[in-house]
Amino acid sequence: MQRKEDILEQVYVLVRPYAKEPIELGEKTGLVDEMGLDSVKVMELMTEIEDHFDISIPLNILPRVHTLGDFAEQLQRLLNSADS
Amino acid sequence: MTSLFKKFLPLEKTHAELVADSGVDPFHIVVERVLSATEAIINGRQMIMAGTNNYLGLTFDPECVAAACEAASKEGTGTTGSRMANGSYAAHVALENELAAFYQCPAAIVFSTGYIANLAILSTLTGPRDVILLDADCHASIYDGIRLGSAEVIRFHHNNPADLEKRLKRLGDRATHSLVVVEGIYSMLGDRAPLREIVDVKRRYGASLLVDEAHSLGVLGQNGRGLAEEFGVEGDVDFITGTFSKSLGSIGGFCVSRWPELENVRYAMRPYIFTASSSPSLIASTRKALQLLYRGSGLRKKLWDNATQLYQGLAAMGFNLGPEISPVIAVRLPASVGETTAIWNQLLSRGIYVNLVLPPATPGGGPLLRCSLSAAHDQGQIDAILDAFSEIRDQLHLHA
Repeated sequence: MQRKEDILEQVYVLVRPYAKEPIELGEKTGLVDEMGLDSVKVMELMTEIEDHFDISIPLNILPRVHTLGDFAEQLQRLLNSADS
Repeated sequence: MTSLFKKFLPLEKTHAELVADSGVDPFHIVVERVLSATEAIINGRQMIMAGTNNYLGLTFDPECVAAACEAASKEGTGTTGSRMANGSYAAHVALENELAAFYQCPAAIVFSTGYIANLAILSTLTGPRDVILLDADCHASIYDGIRLGSAEVIRFHHNNPADLEKRLKRLGDRATHSLVVVEGIYSMLGDRAPLREIVDVKRRYGASLLVDEAHSLGVLGQNGRGLAEEFGVEGDVDFITGTFSKSLGSIGGFCVSRWPELENVRYAMRPYIFTASSSPSLIASTRKALQLLYRGSGLRKKLWDNATQLYQGLAAMGFNLGPEISPVIAVRLPASVGETTAIWNQLLSRGIYVNLVLPPATPGGGPLLRCSLSAAHDQGQIDAILDAFSEIRDQLHLHA
């Protein structure tokens, strides 16, 4: 079982270079509102995260992902279903 | 101002900055008069049009124009109805039969645009239990189609069959319920899909394959059927979509399949049902253009001669181009969006129109000057395009 906290820590490292300006990252940080990512940057980030965790992330999760915490939750679900 | 417009304010700001930086508004280009398949008047000036996707130059073909005029005269300017109601004329059905014969397929469906063809097929063919695996660089119409549908959607790295295989493998048994989507020629960089390798992967995992031949119809293959014909893998491609608005010089779209059951999908596709069918003149010119395309290996040769000459000329000047020779030639400049826009405007002032493509619509993020060649370009026009780019090369201090 992967813990959300552990996934979040890895997500912070992966998303930090994508932030338009240096900001403090937290579970409630918004990908679009606070980090300023456009749709293409979100796609690039997803690809990088897929390669890092060695999983496929369906695009269908995107409407449910607003914050880094949302992202980590979806990743946790995918990682745990891949393990089971 | 209603609050609904507030979310578009960043677009207004970006647009204003672009105009201020480059001294030109690239989003309000008006073609004041069309002179031929390769020439038009823009800003009061005669242009060589090198960004039109008019690959075979058939928009002014006398036979196509005559067919369109005759159809408008005999059948009216529009059908005013859906294919499912009063909008299926004998000519629409004839075109479907001709497309099926051209592709040697048992099933063909004609749509009102190429965009609608992808929207309809991709939103309907796959359901909630299916998976679509699409190349990351696929066209917006493909992304929009899958967004309208209910399948699970996974992207794979552009032109990377190994990455596709990795993702099919992760699906396990679900791989047999998946549809792989690629394009014959990608619209931005002009590169082709590695279709033999993709076919090999999809066969091993029991997946289905859709190839969008929008930019490769009339351009690739001995008979102009596209990349699947060029690579000899048509028997392994389950669905081909395409458009009439490039090599065929009109407007419309299609899907053909080696599976006769495609016919059943017709009755379930909302983008097919809830829009008016193509006008008689469009269908008539498309049918004539398809005949010319079928006979037109000479046009394809001329197109490739032109493409090769421009690509090699630009490469020799030191420009950073797409990965292979193609009628779509993308030039990536070592310049910002504002600088690239100013250079694009400089080309206009030299009488050369190419497409300015700005991020986020470009692979890799930077701006592109996208040229597309036509069989109708003559030697003088190719030389003029090269001369104009040569000036830019000197200005940017590029070296071969």
